Amino acid sequence: MSDHAHAHSNSARVYVFTLAVLLILTGITVGAAYVNFGSSSINLFIAVGIATLKASLVALFFMHLRHDPPLNAIIFISSLIFLGLFLLFPWIDIYSRDRVVPYGLRVQAQPAAAQKQAPAPAAGEHGAAPAPAAAHH
Amino acid sequence: MSSETHVVEHGAEPAFRQHHFVDAEQQFSTSKIGMWLFLATEILMFGGLFVGYGLMQGVYPEAWVAGHHHLDRIMGAINTVFLLCSSFTMVMAVHASSTNQKSKTILNLLFTLAFAAGFLVIKYFEYSHKFHDGLLPGRYFAYHGGGPPQQAMFFGFYFVMTGLHGFHVVVGMALITWITIRASRGEFSSAYYTPVDLVGLYWHLVDLIWIYLFPLLYLVS
Amino acid sequence: MADTVASPQVHGPVGQHDVDYLHDGSLLSWLTTVDHKKLGVMYLWSILFMFFLGGIFALLVRLELFAPGKTIMDAETYNKVFTLHGAIMVFLFIIPSIPAALGNFALPIMLGAKDVAFPRLNLLSFWIYATGAMIAVVAMVTGGVDTGWTFYTPYSTTTDGSVALMTFAAFVLGFSSILTGVNFIATVHKLRAPGMGWFKMPLFIWGIYSTAIIQVLATPVLAITLLLLIMERTFGVGVFDPKLGGDPVLFQHFFWFYSHPAVYIMILPGMAIISEIVPAMSQKTFFGYKATAFSSVAIAIVSFVVWGHHMFTSGQSQLAGAIFSFLTFLVGIPSAIKVFNWITTMYKGSISLQAPMLYALMFLILFGIGGLTGIFLGAMSVDIHLHDTYFVVAHFHYVMMGSTVIAFFGGLHYWWPKMFGRMYNETAARIAAILVFIGFNTTFLPQFLLGSRGMPRRYYNYLPEFQFLHQVSTVGSWILGLGFLIMAGYLFASLRKKFDAPPNPWHARTLEWQIPSPPITHNFHEVPVVKSDPYDYYRPFEPSVKGHH
Repeated sequence: MSDHAHAHSNSARVYVFTLAVLLILTGITVGAAYVNFGSSSINLFIAVGIATLKASLVALFFMHLRHDPPLNAIIFISSLIFLGLFLLFPWIDIYSRDRVVPYGLRVQAQPAAAQKQAPAPAAGEHGAAPAPAAAHH
Repeated sequence: MSSETHVVEHGAEPAFRQHHFVDAEQQFSTSKIGMWLFLATEILMFGGLFVGYGLMQGVYPEAWVAGHHHLDRIMGAINTVFLLCSSFTMVMAVHASSTNQKSKTILNLLFTLAFAAGFLVIKYFEYSHKFHDGLLPGRYFAYHGGGPPQQAMFFGFYFVMTGLHGFHVVVGMALITWITIRASRGEFSSAYYTPVDLVGLYWHLVDLIWIYLFPLLYLVS
Repeated sequence: MADTVASPQVHGPVGQHDVDYLHDGSLLSWLTTVDHKKLGVMYLWSILFMFFLGGIFALLVRLELFAPGKTIMDAETYNKVFTLHGAIMVFLFIIPSIPAALGNFALPIMLGAKDVAFPRLNLLSFWIYATGAMIAVVAMVTGGVDTGWTFYTPYSTTTDGSVALMTFAAFVLGFSSILTGVNFIATVHKLRAPGMGWFKMPLFIWGIYSTAIIQVLATPVLAITLLLLIMERTFGVGVFDPKLGGDPVLFQHFFWFYSHPAVYIMILPGMAIISEIVPAMSQKTFFGYKATAFSSVAIAIVSFVVWGHHMFTSGQSQLAGAIFSFLTFLVGIPSAIKVFNWITTMYKGSISLQAPMLYALMFLILFGIGGLTGIFLGAMSVDIHLHDTYFVVAHFHYVMMGSTVIAFFGGLHYWWPKMFGRMYNETAARIAAILVFIGFNTTFLPQFLLGSRGMPRRYYNYLPEFQFLHQVSTVGSWILGLGFLIMAGYLFASLRKKFDAPPNPWHARTLEWQIPSPPITHNFHEVPVVKSDPYDYYRPFEPSVKGHH
C-alpha cells in the first residue's frame, strides 16, 4: 500500500492536532460573523477564506493527500479548476448585461459597473448590487 | 467470478485480490484513483448548486440576507462541530484498521455513526422549525413575516443544498454501517483495508461540502 | 444474442478456461457478467436498438416535412417525435455508443489488461443505463416530451407531459456515463501492460481517455441541472423562471456547461476510431502520433470553455458572447491537427478500401464539412443570422451523424470480426457504405441551403418555396434508411455462420489483433509485454503476446 508506511508515522497525534485547529477555525468563523467589518463582502470573504483553510486541512491530513501519489491531488484540484470555469463564465455574462427580469419586478437593470472582484468562490457575492424594487405577489 | 484466477501466479495470493490486478498494491492504488474520480464528480455536482446560489445571491442580496436570518447559526455551528468530529473518528478508524486494531476500528466507526446521527437530529429540528414557519421553497413559501419575495428562492436553494447533503449523510451512514459489520467480522487488516479507506474518503467529502455550506448559508450578512 | 448460435471451436481442443468469451457461461450469466467484452456486446445491442428507435423517429420527422402543413401527424405529435428523436439519439445512443460498447470491448485488450479496473462497477453502469432507458421509455409512453432535447426553461417548466420523468431518465443515464468514465480513467492509469508507456498506447485509448475526462467532469453538472429543473417543476423555486425573478439564461449556462463538452464526448471517440482504422488500413506508421494524442486532450479541455456559442441570441451579454466566440475558434486547431495527420498517414500508404476504411474516408469528408461549418457558426455575427435554422441542424448532423455515427459504424466493421469471430459479406458492406454516404449527403446538404435561406429548425410548417429542398432531404433519409437496412442484413447474416474470422484480418499491430477472434474470457494467457509502438508498420512485426496457438 502506497501510504501504508506513512500510516504508522502519521500518528494519531497529527489527527488530534488537525481536529483541534479545525474546531478553533470554526469558532473563529462563527465569531467573525457577529462582527461587522464594514462590508458584507469582507465578511463573506473571511468566512469563505476560513472555510477554504479548513477544507485544505481536511483534504491534506484526513484525506491523506499529503502522502498520496500526486494523481489523486491532481484529480481533486482539476475538479476545483473546472468548477471555477463554471462559475467564471456565467458570472461574466450576468454582470455584463441587462438582467432578464419581468416587468415590475425590478425598476432598474443591473449596472455592469461593479465587477472588480476576482472570480473566486466568493465571486457570487455582490453587496453593491442595487435593491430589487417592488414585490410582485 | 472476477476473483477466479486460472493463471498460476507466484505463490499464494490473498483472497481479496481480483484477477485482473498484478498485486494488492496495484489494486489498492487503483481503487483510490477511482474514489477520487468519484469525489471529483461529487464536487462538480454540488459545485453547480454553489454556482447557482452564488450568482443569485449577487442578484438578490437582500433576499439572501433576509433568508439567512431565519437560519440558526448556533445549530449550524454545532452541526459543523459534529461533522468535524465525525471526520476525525473516521480517520482514526482508517488508521486503526490499517494497523490491525480491530476493536479500535469498530469503536471509532460507531462514534462516527453517532456524530452523523446527531447531525441528522439537529437537521430534523431545523427543518421542522422551517416547516412550521412556512419557510418552504418556491410556491410553497408561506412565511408571513414579510421581506423580499426572493426569499422563496433562497429557501429553494437551502432545501436543495442541505437536502442533497443530508442524503449524502444518510448514504454515508449506510456505508459506515456496512464496513462496521465487515470490520466486526475481521475482514480488514493492514494488508487490506481498502473499503474503510474509501468510505473514509467519501465521508470526508461530505464534511468538506458542509464546511462550505455552513458559512455560505448561515453566515452571509 | 450471438452466443445462441451453436458453433464449434476452431481453436482445437482447449482447456476449460480457453473457451472463447461468447461461449463461456450460460445465456443467463450474461445478465450478471463482469467481463468487459460481454458488457461491451450487451451495450452494443442496446444502443443499436436505440439507434433503430431514434432512426424510426427521424424518418417520421422527415416524412412529416415532405409537404408544408399536415402530412402524417399533427403539430403536437411532431414536437414530441422530434424531441424523442433527439433525446434518444443523444442520451441513449451516441453518448454511450463508442465508449461503452466498442470502448468497453476494445480498451482493456488494447492496453494488455484482463479487464477494466472496476468490473463490477462496469456491470452496475450497464444496469443503470438500462434503468435510465426504461424510465425514458415510460416517459415517452406516458405523455411524451415536447421540449426538444435541450429542455430549455421556462417552456420545460410549464409544459405538460412527462418532462420531469424524461429529465430524470437523463439524470440516471448521466450516472452510467460517469461510472464508465471513472472506470476508463483508472484503467488507463493503472492497468497498462508492462512496456506500454503513455506514448505506446494506441490513439484510440487517448481519445477514449480524453472522453472519460469530460464524462467525469461535465456530467455531474448535467445531473444537478436536471435536478434543479425537477425542483423547478415540483416546487416552483424560480431560479430559472423570469416570472419569479429567476434567470432562464442561467439554465442555458447550466445546460451547456455539460452539453457542449458532451458534444465532444460524442466526437472524440469517433476521432479515436479513425486514428485506429487509418494506419491499419494504410499499413503505415501514424504521422504525428504525439500531436494527435495531445490534440485529444486539448479538445477535451477547450471544450469546457466554449459553451456560450450556443447562446449568442439568448440574451447573453455581448462581452460573454465575444469571449466564447473567440474561444470557440480554438477548437479548430486540435481538430485540424488530427485531420492533417490522418491524411498524411494515408499518404503513400498501401491503402485497402475495405468497409472500415470506406467509413474512415467518409468521416474525413463529412467531418471536414461539419467542422468547417462549425467555424461559421462559432462566429458571433454569422450566427445571429444562422442561429436556430436548418444550417445548424445540418451542421450538427454532419458532426454527430456524419462523423461520430459513421466512425462508430467504421469501428463496428473494424472490430466486428474480433467481437463475434465472423467476417461479414464485404461486397454488401461496401454497397451499404456507399448508400449511407449518398443518403446522408442527400438528406443534409439541402438543409444547409434551407437554413441559409431562413428555414427555422423544429418548425412544423414552412413556406412553399422550401418544399423542393425538404423533399430532396426526405428522399435522402430513405436512401440512408436503406443503407442501414442492408447493413443490418449482412451483419445478422454473419452471426449465423461458424467462426471464420482470422485473428488479424486487417494486419493491424495493436494488441487486440494478436489474440484469437473472438478472444478468450481472460483476453491473454500471459500478460503481454509490449516492445514496439502500436503503428510500427515500417519494420517487421514483433508480437507482444505470447502463448496463443
